[in-house]
Amino acid sequence: MAEAQNIPVGSTTAGSIAVAAESTVVSRMSAPPSFDVADFPVPHGREEEWRFTPLERLRGLHDGTAVATGEGVKVEVDAPAGVVVETVGRDDARLGRAGTPVDRVAAQAYSAFEKAGVVTVPKETVLTEPIRIAVHGEGGTAFGHQVIELGAFAEAVVVIDHTGDAVLAANVDYILGDGAKLTVVSVQDWDDKAVHVAQHNALVGRDASFKSVVVTFGGDVVRLHPRVEYAGTGGEAELFGLYFTDAGQHQEHRLLVTHNTPHCKSNVVYKGALQGDDAHAVWIGDVLIEAKAEGTDTYEMNRNLVLTDGARVDSVPNLEIETGEIVGAGHASATGRFDDEQLFYLMARGIPEHEARRLVVRGFFAELVQQIGVQDIEERLIAKIEEELEAAVA
Amino acid sequence: MATLEIRDLHVTVEADNATKEILKGVDLTVKQGETHAIMGPNGSGKSTLAYSLAGHPKYTITGGTVLLDGEDVLEMSVDERARAGLFLAMQYPVEVPGVSVSNFLRTSATAIRGEAPKLRTWVKEVKEAMERLNMDPSFAERNVNEGFSGGEKKRHEILQLELLKPKVAILDETDSGLDVDALRVVSEGVNRVRETGEVGTLLITHYTRILRYIKPDYVHVFSAGRIVESGGAELADKLEEEGYESYTKGGASA
Repeated sequence: MAEAQNIPVGSTTAGSIAVAAESTVVSRMSAPPSFDVADFPVPHGREEEWRFTPLERLRGLHDGTAVATGEGVKVEVDAPAGVVVETVGRDDARLGRAGTPVDRVAAQAYSAFEKAGVVTVPKETVLTEPIRIAVHGEGGTAFGHQVIELGAFAEAVVVIDHTGDAVLAANVDYILGDGAKLTVVSVQDWDDKAVHVAQHNALVGRDASFKSVVVTFGGDVVRLHPRVEYAGTGGEAELFGLYFTDAGQHQEHRLLVTHNTPHCKSNVVYKGALQGDDAHAVWIGDVLIEAKAEGTDTYEMNRNLVLTDGARVDSVPNLEIETGEIVGAGHASATGRFDDEQLFYLMARGIPEHEARRLVVRGFFAELVQQIGVQDIEERLIAKIEEELEAAVA
Repeated sequence: MATLEIRDLHVTVEADNATKEILKGVDLTVKQGETHAIMGPNGSGKSTLAYSLAGHPKYTITGGTVLLDGEDVLEMSVDERARAGLFLAMQYPVEVPGVSVSNFLRTSATAIRGEAPKLRTWVKEVKEAMERLNMDPSFAERNVNEGFSGGEKKRHEILQLELLKPKVAILDETDSGLDVDALRVVSEGVNRVRETGEVGTLLITHYTRILRYIKPDYVHVFSAGRIVESGGAELADKLEEEGYESYTKGGASA
């Protein structure tokens, strides 16, 4: 059920549902997944996975010229009692278990990082306070690796906050034991010049629940690759995203949920607002239901609200189904302009234009924000959305 | 006493790459406490008059003046007009997803009154106004006009009329699409506001049916972009019997 409504000039909303024996999600990548950067050719920009990305603004992350500098980023972990926080070397066996790099920048990050962070919530430990990971850019270039692992029936909320200025390529692994519940909020609140490219791999255990909230406001280029696979039946994944793309920014979210196990659920909702010249948002939503994944229930949706002329959205939902024995599968994508009739209606009730715009945009994001379930994050997001809108008015 | 004075108003609209004049010299004065019905066939420009007065960007004013208590309405933005005391109850109210009725009403009342209403009295005020319009309290938590039935949309418009207390209310085909029960409830709401004596009402309608519930002081017949005849309530009776035929025969060239 693809839908496209009221598409502004400079936008694409091309969706597809394919019923096929073999996945094109996998086959259309220019190289198979690998931990070694040498296995990937340097992209030239026409590859399926790179065609929307401005390679010239990646500061060399894609072609091997980016070199880690001493003061790249500073990472601080603030965790409640009972959580084990470690910094480990490259040879630690716990790294890279949730997924393998799928493109050259992710492989570059895996090939180049020196120390990795491992945060472990032991089994049956239920946290009442969030784990907070502050990633602050100090103006340099860095390659990172972070593992967050929850033992069986553990429950945790993790907030990863990206601020400052940096060129950062990273892989993040989320490993959920059986029955574990993990909510991860990743906020990209970078300064204007930052470049951030990362792959997020979630491995969802039997009957485990994974909720990812990706919030992207800042940066020059942000390109994130949230991916989910299941390690057992009964797993659930909710992937929520919210972005506010300003003039000149490139914000790209490429999702892949692989239903490789029977009776798992996934629900993807990403919403973005764009304003200003050359604001560019890209959303790729791939869902693959493998032949053995009977009883799968999945839905993905992307909505974009274009507030001004000069912004561009590329939204590509893609659903591939290799078995008909499923509960449900669907996708929707829509990109619309700010609705002048809504503005007129609110203004005709005395509400000044900037406040009317704020109401409409807040309304657009409200439903999504309410689903985050972490109150201080919800409040911060609403404040941040207001701030973005104020900047637009000024 | 508040007065809306419309003088020789000319309005055009862009359609199919051409400029079309819809209003061709409208003259009308509405004083506080008075009710004027504007009646006319479809396409005569009644709704254009309503939306032009409210400041909809689709319409271009090419001539004439509109004054509210001597202030130039045409120089004001849409929200300024509303704050000056103009209210337009729309024929097709707009959905605003994610914005609750209660948030919308309070934001609007704050803008119109110049300060946020005190929470306790406000809650009571809204609750009572909703009860009078037979609206369920759960209505306040729904998103503005989203999934509303035709009758709910019109009640919601009149709820705003009661809460915002304008100097001049323009009701654009508020009766259209309503069954008799809903029409009665909506009309009673309008009459409560009229009985305060503090509002001038411009009632735009195609049908005489609503005039059985809301008695006008003046009736104007609108045809081909202007008022072609004015009279008292008895003019509505004549229209009821004879229809608009005698006004459109000679007037429309097409």
